[in-house]
Amino acid sequence: MQTGNSLKEKAEKAIEKSAMYGEDFDLNEFEVAAKEVPQTEDLEDLDDDFKQTLLNVGVLTDDKERSGSFLMLDNAVSHSSLKDPNIELMSLHEAMEKHDWLKDYSWKLVSVDADKYTAKSYLEDANGYFIRAPAGQKSSMPVQTCLVMGHKDVAQTVHNILIVEEDAKLDVITGCTTKKGVERAMHLGISEIYVKKGGVLNFTMIHNWADDVGVRPRTVIHLEEGASFVNNYILLKPVRSIQSYPTAILDGEGAFARFHTIAVAHPGSELDLGSRVLFNAPNTKAELISRTITTGGKVIARGEMVANEPHCKGHLECHGLVLKDGGTQLAIPVLEANVADVELTHEAAVGRIAREQVEYLMARGLSEEDAVGMIVRGFLDVGITGLPEELAKDIDDTIAQIGKDAV
Amino acid sequence: MLEIKDLTVEIGGRKILNKVNLKVEQGSTTVLFGPNGAGKSALLMTLMGFSGYDIVSGQILFKGVDITHLSVNERAERGLGIMTQRPPNLTGVKLKDLVKVISNDHSFDTDAASKKLDMERFMDRDVNVGFSGGEIKRSELLQLSAQNPCLYLLDEPESGVDLVSIEEIGTTIDELLSSRSKCSVDHYKRGNSALIITHTGQVLDYVEPDVGYILCNGVVMCRGNPREMLKEIKAHGYQECIKCKQATL
Repeated sequence: MQTGNSLKEKAEKAIEKSAMYGEDFDLNEFEVAAKEVPQTEDLEDLDDDFKQTLLNVGVLTDDKERSGSFLMLDNAVSHSSLKDPNIELMSLHEAMEKHDWLKDYSWKLVSVDADKYTAKSYLEDANGYFIRAPAGQKSSMPVQTCLVMGHKDVAQTVHNILIVEEDAKLDVITGCTTKKGVERAMHLGISEIYVKKGGVLNFTMIHNWADDVGVRPRTVIHLEEGASFVNNYILLKPVRSIQSYPTAILDGEGAFARFHTIAVAHPGSELDLGSRVLFNAPNTKAELISRTITTGGKVIARGEMVANEPHCKGHLECHGLVLKDGGTQLAIPVLEANVADVELTHEAAVGRIAREQVEYLMARGLSEEDAVGMIVRGFLDVGITGLPEELAKDIDDTIAQIGKDAV
Repeated sequence: MLEIKDLTVEIGGRKILNKVNLKVEQGSTTVLFGPNGAGKSALLMTLMGFSGYDIVSGQILFKGVDITHLSVNERAERGLGIMTQRPPNLTGVKLKDLVKVISNDHSFDTDAASKKLDMERFMDRDVNVGFSGGEIKRSELLQLSAQNPCLYLLDEPESGVDLVSIEEIGTTIDELLSSRSKCSVDHYKRGNSALIITHTGQVLDYVEPDVGYILCNGVVMCRGNPREMLKEIKAHGYQECIKCKQATL
């Protein structure tokens, strides 16, 4: 087992190590965000702008329909409340003190020296949320977490650990965003997720950043026998650069993972979004579905499936719309089968909206703008449910704007 | 209602319609016959304004107004409605949402209409995705009834449909043509007008036609009584029409 000291050495060595993909940010250009922040007793006490910021990433300030709420502002916890006593929700620092066993889960899926972003997060002793659904517990309402950057020119470092114990079921909605007026910042987020035997985790992440924000999430999900993980990722607003490549390790027989990615690249945005599944046990299944749109930015839709055990089945789907010149869609599907008797398939298509579809709707009386909007809305509809109404409206408005801009 | 004057159309530089003249009177059902490749579908697509059909010369008048260069949705707004043979799949667009948008919150009873066309179980499905031939036609008719146009452009409503569905589709078309639209006028025998392409004439078991046209090689061969035309075509084929036309020139 690695000691704290040896991890520290590894991290220090990796502090200048560029990531494999994405723009290479100089982290020295960002100040480490504050580690002490004002406490928020009740999310309803936040000012209206802040409340709207949370709503736009699916986080309800009126937490009636949530079993717990967690707010991290810059590098510290501002609010943590729990309604469902059958779940654990607290800051990771607090959890590490409370549970001695938790050290066996920390920095075990993500390596500290993967790149400068993981190294920085380790060296800053990043805090974040800890959520645990104990064995057999099925939470009826989602837990919501929100990570907000409250000041410009800062780097936020986050480390989350999520554990769904045997036969437990948990829904999590997490929103990551910047406060109004924070145009330039850097978000680093480490997430280590464990879904044990027969456990189910539905994880929905909504991002909403600003023009000059860099985002580097590092996420690994470990699944045991019969475990199931569904990841929904939504990004519809401008950002400077996001590069993420979450990896699900299907380590137990019959485990299942699904990734839905919905993203829009506005002019000036570079989105390098992938998802990877390692089929390390027999009879495991996965689906990677990516629907992206560019209105002038760059999208790189990666997907990788590696089958190492027999009877695995995986499907990868990358569909990209180019609505305007100047935009780029790059789909990079990778399939790797290392044993016989596996079935990995992929389907990729990039290009414009078919004229025939637009005119079909126009022949029914829709304007060109409304027709494009309707097609875009359908294109992005991969069946993500459980989003709050307010967010659904914001998504609708964004799509209507995309329809308008595209005509 | 509709007047086509000397209409010449090209697709990708190839002439597909040649100086076509055709009229659809208010409240009348006009039938268009012709062999495969005659340009019948191209004529309907051109009337609706779909791209790829380049009007080289001629004019389309609808309710007395020149619509030759109007956009597709402007034509729809003026009262043109079309059922094409192979509508595109709209992945992610639910039929119920589309019908709602088309009816534009008018007093259209979606539930009753979908029940009547046996489309209730398709309302939550993506438009045309995985629909059979008959399901596509019923979905198109449901959309058209929500749209409520004055002139129906129907491209082979019976093609790809089983015998049971034909009756359903035929009677629905008859009802739609008889119903009142925004441009219905009382003294005409039908509320609405139609231009229907048919190969087999099966749809005429349900819809009473008024006028027939025969189109061969992009040229109108003749205009006449549609029932007699159908009888002639069934007996002698279209070769006779071409000979007959040549004889009159």
